[in-house]
Amino acid sequence: MDILFQTWPWYVSGFLIGIVMLSLIYFGKSFGMSSNLSTLCSMTGLGKKVSFFNFDWKAQRWNLLVVLGAMLGGFVAVHFMSDASNVDINPKTIAQLTQLGIDAPNGKLLPNTLFANDIFQSPKKILILIFGGVLIGFGTRYASGCTSGHAIYGLSSLQIPSLKAVIGFFIGGLIMAHFILPLIF
Amino acid sequence: MKALKYIVVGFVFGIVLTKSEAVSWYRIYEMFLFQSFHMYGIIMVAVVTGVIGIQIIKRRNIKDIKGLPIEIITKEAGSTRFWVGGIFFGLGWALVGSCPGPIFILLGAGFLPIILVLFGALFGTFLYGLMKNKLPH
Repeated sequence: MDILFQTWPWYVSGFLIGIVMLSLIYFGKSFGMSSNLSTLCSMTGLGKKVSFFNFDWKAQRWNLLVVLGAMLGGFVAVHFMSDASNVDINPKTIAQLTQLGIDAPNGKLLPNTLFANDIFQSPKKILILIFGGVLIGFGTRYASGCTSGHAIYGLSSLQIPSLKAVIGFFIGGLIMAHFILPLIF
Repeated sequence: MKALKYIVVGFVFGIVLTKSEAVSWYRIYEMFLFQSFHMYGIIMVAVVTGVIGIQIIKRRNIKDIKGLPIEIITKEAGSTRFWVGGIFFGLGWALVGSCPGPIFILLGAGFLPIILVLFGALFGTFLYGLMKNKLPH
């Protein structure tokens, strides 16, 4: 039973993610998480003012159910399947984080520096999280997909646009991790 | 029953992404520093599984759950939107360490500050919708 609580190996996890996508394809759907953000925007009635959100969001309800399930899965995994051995990242990474003043994982999924509840008292951290979200929302809609829609679904169906998008994800990520994060922290 | 199968698939997705730590800010940072194979391994195995599965579906003409032909959605042609949009998303991904799936998963797990990322992401989506016709695609 210990294996369930430890970090799941990449080959098991990757395989299961592939199966999740194939299940949705078998259900006659596709795999993509970021489009739920559009659906949520559309649900608020934004379609009346901005034509991009003027679509039948009810046809996307299935994907919101996937999101609901994912939230429940996250809850169960964090509260009932976690272990102090988790998030055992490279010691070199930890050393670099220490230089930036970001706390080491010690079994946690997220650094307290950015995600502890006391960040609500820091305008800078609030802005970082909102700004990061804006980049994610704007970028995924502009590129019409995220890690699930392009990196997994798009590459699995051998589509060149998705390869361009995934290379773009990595260009952006490398610039942020190597050049911008050290300036922010 | 119709609804339940989507919740179950989502549930498995949420557990796998959490237990593989693909939802972890640390794992994303470590990936972009090229200091671990873990995340690359996850993506590669998921893609290889997907490629094989989709090829089997196509070659054997497998029908979906309702008996209808399975269609793989074709991404529209173009370049600018994928490069530029991709870079924007990559910047955000490495900054807050979560892509759209994990935003919801982490929120479900009870990490309250993620709500700020979600608000930002909804606002970013709204901004794109607003500016769509003025942007090069």
